[in-house]
Amino acid sequence: MKAKVVLACLLLVIAALVAVPWIASYFYVFIFTEILIMGLFAVSFNLIFGYTGMLSFGHAAFFGVGSYATALVLIHLQWPFLACLLVSMGVSAVLALVIGYLSVRLNEVYFAMLTLAFGMMIFAIAYQWRSITGGSDGLAGFTLGSFGLGIDLTLSNPAVYYHVVLAIVGIASLVLYVICRSSFGLVLKAIRQNPERVAFAGLNVRTYRLVAFIIAGTFAGLAGGLIAPFLRVASPELIHWSTSAEPVLMSILGGTGYFLGPFIGSAVFVLLETWITSFTGSWMLVLGIILALMVVFFRKGLLGTFLDWWMEVKK
Amino acid sequence: MTSPILTISNLTKRFGGNTAVSAINLEVMPRETIAIIGPNGAGKTTFYNMVSGRMLPTEGSIILDNQDITGLPPHKISRLGVSRSFQINNIFPEMTVQENVEVVLSAYHGHSRKLFNIASRNTAVQEEAKELLTRLSINGLADRRAEVISYGDKRLLEIAMVLATRPKLVLLDEPTAGMTPDETRRTTALIRKLASGGEYTFLITEHDMEVVFNLADRILVMHRGEKLFAGTPEEVKNHPEVRTAYLGEEDEEQETET
Repeated sequence: MKAKVVLACLLLVIAALVAVPWIASYFYVFIFTEILIMGLFAVSFNLIFGYTGMLSFGHAAFFGVGSYATALVLIHLQWPFLACLLVSMGVSAVLALVIGYLSVRLNEVYFAMLTLAFGMMIFAIAYQWRSITGGSDGLAGFTLGSFGLGIDLTLSNPAVYYHVVLAIVGIASLVLYVICRSSFGLVLKAIRQNPERVAFAGLNVRTYRLVAFIIAGTFAGLAGGLIAPFLRVASPELIHWSTSAEPVLMSILGGTGYFLGPFIGSAVFVLLETWITSFTGSWMLVLGIILALMVVFFRKGLLGTFLDWWMEVKK
Repeated sequence: MTSPILTISNLTKRFGGNTAVSAINLEVMPRETIAIIGPNGAGKTTFYNMVSGRMLPTEGSIILDNQDITGLPPHKISRLGVSRSFQINNIFPEMTVQENVEVVLSAYHGHSRKLFNIASRNTAVQEEAKELLTRLSINGLADRRAEVISYGDKRLLEIAMVLATRPKLVLLDEPTAGMTPDETRRTTALIRKLASGGEYTFLITEHDMEVVFNLADRILVMHRGEKLFAGTPEEVKNHPEVRTAYLGEEDEEQETET
């Protein structure tokens, strides 16, 4: 019964998302494209944050590097988009393996600081390696020719790109969801609650944390690959630590304890940013107030708070 | 003559100038229950921490089933068949009681390495978890969140998790500490039943002498990190040095009675 209600709600949301280009203006097609991409970025982050209990301040490294990988492949090789995305995922996975290998041995604040430091290093490289990365201007001037699998794809119609993003984010989310519900995912939750007990159950906690970190980095790379054509640029600010803060904020806003929480957070974050910046310049101030209220009064995030309220009402 | 399952030689732990455990030797035979007693600070927990891999010994060796496990990390020692409980409850508070055991079973069976098998569809693991909870008589609590069950039930849950790895050697660290007298009786009876099943080998530290004399085949008495005495419960009861060092209070009681 409960599962059916959830499934029905989910199908309704998916149908609404598919229909966005026919019921909303181009402006909102752009907004929803951003929500989906940032949502995938945040969900990938929440795999290590909400599930495994590792607060990374350098997750944008994988997002940004993913965007550069796709931009570089489009500029120099003009491969189909699907191939670009796979390159983005591969490059981010390798980077996550290296950064993760050096970081997951540390706990809590030391882990956060080390990931922040690595993020800043990657940023500095992107910012200064002009010949490859375009320096502070980033990489622009690339176009999409085809998606791959014999499907044409251009950026001239934002609705088409929106649907491509929706399909890829949908598939990626499904994969991440299955991982979260697997025995592996159960162990990740166990590690957040009590890593010592997991070790005494015979598992190498460091290895599990590293694998989670690589999976998260890989899907952040995919989100980065999707954002480059959307913004039509891969720029150093995508790697900057302030971009690393966004999935943290989105996850807390939506609810770290729920798989879809970060998507809700992404939607609220992007929509509020759009609406508030249209009439005041102090978006950060408003965001700060909202976050403070969330952390003090609604620890479970918007989704968790809503579900609790819904359960109460049904009683 | 069967060979010992655990052979500890000259096991020593020093923290700076302070010797917490000093040159302990111990042989544990299969299916034996050995109690380690001693006042607070006698080095019992430090001893456990070395055997289970939580601490590196300063000196000495730990041989499990002819394999040297000295200084191995906890997860490797667990894999080789040593499983332990902790003095302070060490469970997964936000999971259900059932899931707590399932985590350990998934680890033991290697399911946790699979990224795409849905945990809630693994009926074999679920049934095994149910069976373990039944053995600890807490199967009625399977669907409760672990943080809300009673203190005593949490301790039993931890024992279920300890047994889930099918250990050759089980280390229980004060299993009845903090329990009500009724819970203590229940837990002692459960451990006794598990020990007499011929399946497990137990090392138990305990403060409650009644529990110790009820469960142990042999007792190792520690005092300030050193072995004070080792023997059967009868021998320990009648050993003068042990009586003054550890059972002192009972000794005084007896004197006033006579």
